[in-house]
Amino acid sequence: MKHLIDIKDLSTDEIDDLIVLAKDIIKNPENYSTKCNGKKLATLFFEPSTRTRLSFEAAMLELGGHVLGFSSADSSSTSKGESVADTIRVVGYYADIIAMRHPKEGAPLVASLKSTVPIINAGDGGHNHPTQTLTDMLTISIEKGKLDNLTIGLCGDLKFGRTVHSLITAMVQRKNIKFVLISPKELVIPEYLKKEVLDKNNIEYIETRSLEEHINELDILYMTRVQKERFFNEADYLRLKDYYILDEEKLKKARKDLCIMHPLPRVNEISTEVDDDPRACYFKQALYGKYIRMALILQMLEIR
Amino acid sequence: MNIDSIKNGIVIDHIEPKKGFKIYEALHLEELECSVAIITNARSNKMKKKDIIKIDKDFEVNTDVIGFIDPKATINVVKDGKLVYKYHAKLPKQIVNIAKCKNPRCITSTEQELDQVFILTDEKKKIYRCKYCEMRLD
Repeated sequence: MKHLIDIKDLSTDEIDDLIVLAKDIIKNPENYSTKCNGKKLATLFFEPSTRTRLSFEAAMLELGGHVLGFSSADSSSTSKGESVADTIRVVGYYADIIAMRHPKEGAPLVASLKSTVPIINAGDGGHNHPTQTLTDMLTISIEKGKLDNLTIGLCGDLKFGRTVHSLITAMVQRKNIKFVLISPKELVIPEYLKKEVLDKNNIEYIETRSLEEHINELDILYMTRVQKERFFNEADYLRLKDYYILDEEKLKKARKDLCIMHPLPRVNEISTEVDDDPRACYFKQALYGKYIRMALILQMLEIR
Repeated sequence: MNIDSIKNGIVIDHIEPKKGFKIYEALHLEELECSVAIITNARSNKMKKKDIIKIDKDFEVNTDVIGFIDPKATINVVKDGKLVYKYHAKLPKQIVNIAKCKNPRCITSTEQELDQVFILTDEKKKIYRCKYCEMRLD
């Protein structure tokens, strides 16, 4: 049985297969509407999330399956002190597949070691969020028509931003990818990612504080939110949260075919005036997230 | 300085100076009731100085612990006063319950019954990462 804990669990070919399947689902949704009849997805969300949980649930419902679960640790037995391992053993009796979000890093891996059904990591603290990476890759593949020969700007919180870390890890496997890493000095990308992922794969990248200086070079601009929950010190959060704000003025210098992405939720980092810009892809990205999760559920349940 | 030769037991030799006590503590040798000797800064032709631990008991040592602290140490098994087996410690691929993850966001910080597992991710630089959260072990 296969689990998805880390994007590295999937080979490039497996990711490509998921993208092909997701595109076919988008094209022919009627062919998939009963594929999961009689199957149940449990969404175990020990930490609140709107988008990811609803996206998983919508995905399963559109495949003709059922969903059950909880949306915060308060409404689960965790509040009574139950361990992740025990929760998972029990839920395995009730569901065919589990999507799990947990504030503690490594919790889905612990779950996968005890589970009798496939586990999908739907986010573990600041660590991994592989279905967001799959969402991002499907978005790039659809909006740019390719997953290679791209200059990707990553802007905002590159230190704690797990989506950024996973996207880099996945995209370094593709040909001729260049990264422009834009962040305040307090939120630069961790050293180990530079050494063990970028340098190790001979990837060209630059680090900069300035979005304006480099926006004209980008095929993709991936904006991120400075996440309050990742800071122990509120003063640091307040100082850094509005460091970058993308607006129409900054976009004047950008390419006409730029693809603006954001894992959402957005706070201030993209001005709402950008929403109607044809280059804004972040809401479509959320929609693509449902389709890639449909593809993933089918693959993990081995439903053809 | 004379330390009696042991008849049946273990000699951990070629330990980098100052690491002898670390190995002693990590192997919990203080819990043994037999004679245990730690020699620090012993003269060595190869290393100039080295630490040595002698355990006067046929004792199953955790070689992962020794390899993790000092991969250049040697472990010698003595029986009836003779050396019967000698092997070189090496960096273990993973260590279990030898070190503790310091990441407050790691699942091991709340679920205490979990084994503390670290995986060797870079042999040259001796980098271990927590199996669960991937935080580097310092």
